[in-house]
Amino acid sequence: MSISSIESIASPQVNRPRIYERLTKSDVRGALYKMILIRRFEESAEDAYVRGQSYGTMHLSIGEEATAVGACAPLSDRDYVTSTHRGHGHCIAKGAEVKRMFAEFLGRETGYCRGRGGSMHIADPSKGNLGANGIVGGGIPIAVGAALSVKRRKTGAVVVCFFGDGANNEGAFHESLNMAAIWRLPVVFVCENNLYGMSVSTERSTAVNYIAQRASAYSMPGVTVDGNSFAEVAQASFDAADRARRGEGPSLIECMTYRIRGHSRSDRNRYRTKEEIETWKGRDPIDAFENELESHGLLSQSEIDAVRAEVEDEIKQGIAFAEASPSPSADDLLRDVYTI
Amino acid sequence: METPSRELTYAQAIHEALAMAMEADDRVFLLGEDIGVYGGAFQVTGDLINRFGEDRVMDTPISELGGAGVAVGAALTGMRPVFELQFSDFVTLAMEQIVNQAAKLRFMLGGAVSVPMVVRLPSGSGTGAAAQHSQALQAWLAHVPGLKVVEPSTPHDAKGLMLAAIADPDPVMVFEHKLLYKTKGPVPTGHYIVPLDKAEVRRMGSDLTIVAGGIMCGKALDAAAELAKEGVEAEVIDPRSLRPLDLGTIGESVKKTARLICVYEGVKTLGIGAEISAAICESPVFDYLDAPILRLGGAESPIPYSPILEKAAVPQTPDIIAAARRLAQGRV
Repeated sequence: MSISSIESIASPQVNRPRIYERLTKSDVRGALYKMILIRRFEESAEDAYVRGQSYGTMHLSIGEEATAVGACAPLSDRDYVTSTHRGHGHCIAKGAEVKRMFAEFLGRETGYCRGRGGSMHIADPSKGNLGANGIVGGGIPIAVGAALSVKRRKTGAVVVCFFGDGANNEGAFHESLNMAAIWRLPVVFVCENNLYGMSVSTERSTAVNYIAQRASAYSMPGVTVDGNSFAEVAQASFDAADRARRGEGPSLIECMTYRIRGHSRSDRNRYRTKEEIETWKGRDPIDAFENELESHGLLSQSEIDAVRAEVEDEIKQGIAFAEASPSPSADDLLRDVYTI
Repeated sequence: METPSRELTYAQAIHEALAMAMEADDRVFLLGEDIGVYGGAFQVTGDLINRFGEDRVMDTPISELGGAGVAVGAALTGMRPVFELQFSDFVTLAMEQIVNQAAKLRFMLGGAVSVPMVVRLPSGSGTGAAAQHSQALQAWLAHVPGLKVVEPSTPHDAKGLMLAAIADPDPVMVFEHKLLYKTKGPVPTGHYIVPLDKAEVRRMGSDLTIVAGGIMCGKALDAAAELAKEGVEAEVIDPRSLRPLDLGTIGESVKKTARLICVYEGVKTLGIGAEISAAICESPVFDYLDAPILRLGGAESPIPYSPILEKAAVPQTPDIIAAARRLAQGRV
């Protein structure tokens, strides 16, 4: 038994997750802020869509906020992430500004992609976010390349590679995890297992019970955690990032979670039951985090209320910024196809 | 000014360009299958592993998609990878990363990133390697905005285009013809670049224009030498770059000769020559044409094994001579 666990038993905070010994009050407040910001960004984006203000489609991660924020907990701006088509949460967790995300969502010149990418391609390289990706599994080898690059340049950075349960059946997953392992690269593979690849359940699509089992095929540690628990995801991510920074190579973390909304706007929920959705709504990651913070004396109810009020302000200002922003000019269509 | 030249093979010229780029810039590294101690399937990387070590001359597992993606990720984060596909045919396995990621990331992210990577693609028929190791897929990649596609035909250009490709901030696909690896020519000793967007007039002539790149350029020059004996002077243009195409140089030549043949190894339908032909037809140069444009391209079949069939599947020098005669005599 470690010294820290003896202390935690002796302390008044019985059963307080170990991760809170590593995080400051401002860290946990920041994590809650980001989780609520993700939720409110997506709810507002959904509103804008319903009101006909936005175009195309979108993939909402409502219900998966603890995974995004927990996995990014050990990261700073020098660290990288690669993201997925369901990437709003990863963006915000890695420090993106919602006003520029809203602007991208509305296809405006002030958006992260100057209106060229839309919801599915938001990136912020200045914060180490290499981009959401419309191809399932597309970001996995890119993450391995970024990890190779930071290892060569000896920056001490790590790369968190987000992907879904669907991507674990792509060839890119196999090729990439194998290369990361043989080259002992500083990458943390974070599988957001939300139980369905569009409509097909992991039960029907995947030959193992837990995707983390696949880690053993690449001689790397694999763990399955409750993806709706910030503390569990953050603990696993810190452990994996520490290992990566020590030069011991990659890890795979499987976060069990659930997307409350459909796959995209076309989803009619024919493949899952209302009861199942309701059960998962009862395991809301933000509610659970707030309860945990309060019960362990980390944040009071009034402090939580203050976080919620601040988020509302940022959302309101973000929407106003986006709505006031200019649209791109058709004359600029060919800009940025090439650098020179 | 170019430094003194000496004779090198096309493979040696590429090798020299890679070594020079790695010497000059720590960010440059090589990645590919069997490029380390084996020296590459066509001995282009050769002994570079001894000079630069296995961190900069990296053998990958047999993972073309993953390898291409690693190159994309490294390029996005400050490195300059040169990714060797063992055969250009294997680009079909790496298309996702090249077409959806490398080509689009800069545009898709509003100019926030660049993807400075080079893909080397040993291509073409004539080695008896049959249908899955002999294709000329230049047009596939040249169809994609965001990529640059070049095709050197001489050792001089192989070095200069490779140095330009490595220095370029965008993804550049370099098609190297396997039959050219052992051909020799003068190569300057120092550093120089061949621009990624300029065609070269290989032979001046007044009677017709033959546009032929890569392996086809030499065949066109052989054909032109034969035609000269009959009093037909062909101008031979090596496009060198397929995206972007230097239509200015081609157009100027056609204005002079009023006749055009496009020769290319890829399948004729929807190939590079189809694009050149269409572009000339919809430009003011059309008015200068005295005859229909001819295309000589690869047969509408996979590349076969038997040497008799293999030869028949791509344009050969006698085919070019015959087409040029018909065109020069107005019999098309």
